[in-house]
Amino acid sequence: MFGVNSKSGATARAKAAKQQPVVPVLPDGEDALIKIRNLHFSRGRKAIFNGLSFDIPKGRVTTIMGPSGTGKTTLLKMIGAQLAPTKGSIEVDGQNVHRLRRKALFELRTRMGMLFQSGALLTDLTVFDNVAFPLREHTELPESLIRHLVLLRLHAVGLRGARDLMPSELSGGMARRVALARALILDPMMIMYDEPFTGQDPISMGVLLDLLRTVNETLAVTSIIVSHDLQESLSISDYVVIISDGVVVEAGSPDQLRSSDSPWVQQFLRGDPDGPVPFQYPGPTYQEDLFGESTHD
Amino acid sequence: MINALERLGRSVLDTTGRFGRGHLFLFRTLLRFFGIFKRPSLLVQQLFSSGVLTLSIILVSGLFVGMVLGLQGYNNLVGFGAEESLGVVVSLALVRELAPVLTGLLFAGRAGSAMTAEIGLMKATEQLAGLEMMAVDPYERVFLPRLLAGIIALPCLAAMFAAVGILGGHLVGVELLGVDSGAYWSQMQASVNFTNDVVSGLIKAVVFGVVVSWIAIFEGTDCVPTSEGVSRATTRTVVSSALAILALDFVLTAVMF
Amino acid sequence: MSRFAEIMVGLFMVLFLAAMFILAMKVSNLNNFGGNDGFEVTASFENIGGLKVRSLVSAGGVKVGRVSAISYDSETFKANVTLNIEKEYAGFPIDTSASIYTAGLLGEQYIGLEPGAEEEFLEDGGEITLTQSAVVLERLISQVLFNRSGD
Ligand SMILES: Nc1ncnc2c1ncn2[C@@H]1O[C@H](COP(=O)(O)OP(=O)(O)OP(=O)(O)O)[C@@H](O)[C@H]1O
Ligand SMILES: [Mg+2]
Repeated sequence: MFGVNSKSGATARAKAAKQQPVVPVLPDGEDALIKIRNLHFSRGRKAIFNGLSFDIPKGRVTTIMGPSGTGKTTLLKMIGAQLAPTKGSIEVDGQNVHRLRRKALFELRTRMGMLFQSGALLTDLTVFDNVAFPLREHTELPESLIRHLVLLRLHAVGLRGARDLMPSELSGGMARRVALARALILDPMMIMYDEPFTGQDPISMGVLLDLLRTVNETLAVTSIIVSHDLQESLSISDYVVIISDGVVVEAGSPDQLRSSDSPWVQQFLRGDPDGPVPFQYPGPTYQEDLFGESTHD
Repeated sequence: MINALERLGRSVLDTTGRFGRGHLFLFRTLLRFFGIFKRPSLLVQQLFSSGVLTLSIILVSGLFVGMVLGLQGYNNLVGFGAEESLGVVVSLALVRELAPVLTGLLFAGRAGSAMTAEIGLMKATEQLAGLEMMAVDPYERVFLPRLLAGIIALPCLAAMFAAVGILGGHLVGVELLGVDSGAYWSQMQASVNFTNDVVSGLIKAVVFGVVVSWIAIFEGTDCVPTSEGVSRATTRTVVSSALAILALDFVLTAVMF
Repeated sequence: MSRFAEIMVGLFMVLFLAAMFILAMKVSNLNNFGGNDGFEVTASFENIGGLKVRSLVSAGGVKVGRVSAISYDSETFKANVTLNIEKEYAGFPIDTSASIYTAGLLGEQYIGLEPGAEEEFLEDGGEITLTQSAVVLERLISQVLFNRSGD
């Protein structure tokens, strides 16, 4: 472990110092609910995370942004311990989620809500039963109270009238709102939203933004939003993290970001196709593909 | 050449890997056996979709298989003047072999493929991941009830298949071809032994029930979560179940009869 | 839906029980399993051919019982067969004879009882003394061949 020989000890220390992740500092007076440290992960040959490190403040709205395909969904799944990193750790509320035993993990998950990109409603249950599902699984509440709680949540997302529909009868945006109602039903300490705004018309969008904000303020829920809708997310976020190429490119409050002089951030905020953030999925250059004989293998 | 070797090697590794994952999967599911007592209604629901919905095809096939056996058996036995033994031929063939095997095959095609497709789609639409994130164990909530329902439903269906088949044989042999009804039943009773024949046949059916629903559920969980992946997994369920049933039938027959 | 499913599954189980009832009572012989409510008589044969435990015992073509045990007596060099005859058929005269027949040419072997004329009846534990062994097909064939070649 510790170098006996002073020389090798020194190099080891130097190495460790080089690998020591640089963790963006949270704004003053914020506590971290989630600590992501030196996360490494790859899918096949493609490295998704290369030592990702950052904190997510407790009770605040944090937005994670980044080009499509950088692994934002993957990151949320890792926070929920559905995927394990090859290296590094994620701590939620002081517990390393990948070291937890099943029971403790499940207990922790009841306090996490997650809104999947696709909604992930159970297709054999009605809207009402979908929202009631976590209550019925984890509590012994009487049916009358369950009904009350479910209708309350459905009302909040504007779908109280749709309670008897099946998920197949919902539009994409409606399904996502039902999923949101379901994620909220257990009053979790944190909610992860994977692209909650896609497919919402301006009115539902406004309502959703209000809802997210209210949920966050009244229930002191830590909200983590993955979104591409820049202005909307910035308007409700307290903290923004931009990821690209498996590392954090920039982190800070929306105002800090807007005034950032990093070309990455500027490109991202303006939506320029050219710049340091690659628009193309990595691969051979276009010219090679057009004129090269067979660049495969 | 090297490519072909590499592909061969990879497919061997793939298959072995799947085999290992499959056993692990079964083990994990069975570990949660007692979870079923928490929510028996899930089992009822699954018995409905794998048992009740397969019933009609089983009854119709059983009837026809029994009728064919009656006809063929009669044509062959009458040559020896032994058509009185028709009941024996029909009942032993059904109880020992045809009922468990054909029920297993039909079950794989009707209920097994449906299970694979359902679970595969649940995976593709992130419902399984969603369950996990709601701290609901898909093994206990989704896989276990389906596995148990398959194990219970298949022997029930096989018994019905055999009973209906024997009635079908009676219909053709006795009602149409004029074998004596008393002889049909009494010879059958004299040769069919409850424990050795009926119970052994049902044991086969239980084994097939385990294997078919195991394969079906596992293929669903193991599929590539796309529409093509689900369709491939469904095909694989039917093919592997059929092969497994036929091979196991040989082994079980060798052991039991 | 769930209510409907419950009812259908209930019906399914009823059908299963009906099927098991048919398989147990009509198809196999579970109904006269522990059938010791009959009475037993013994009979010894030179040769029982393919007779088995639980082979049929019939009188006038009607099933009256089953073979309940077969053993070999090494003193008389004969096969001792125990017949279990159902209660309602008590009343065979003591000079009843037992023969082993074959159903059809190649079928199962069974014991046929031919009642005699005595006034006394066979009782539990009694013995049938008049017996006729099974016709063994191989022996019959070899006899035919032997006689031929002897001509
Ligand atoms: N099951 C999988 N097998 C292999 N590679 C995968 C799998 N799922 C995702 N990937 C790869 O992981 C990378 C990150 O995927 P992820 O879904 O996390 O992206 P994302 O940041 O959520 O993108 P988007 O904004 O478009 O939703 C992608 O490049 C994708 O190619
Ligand atoms: Mg995504």
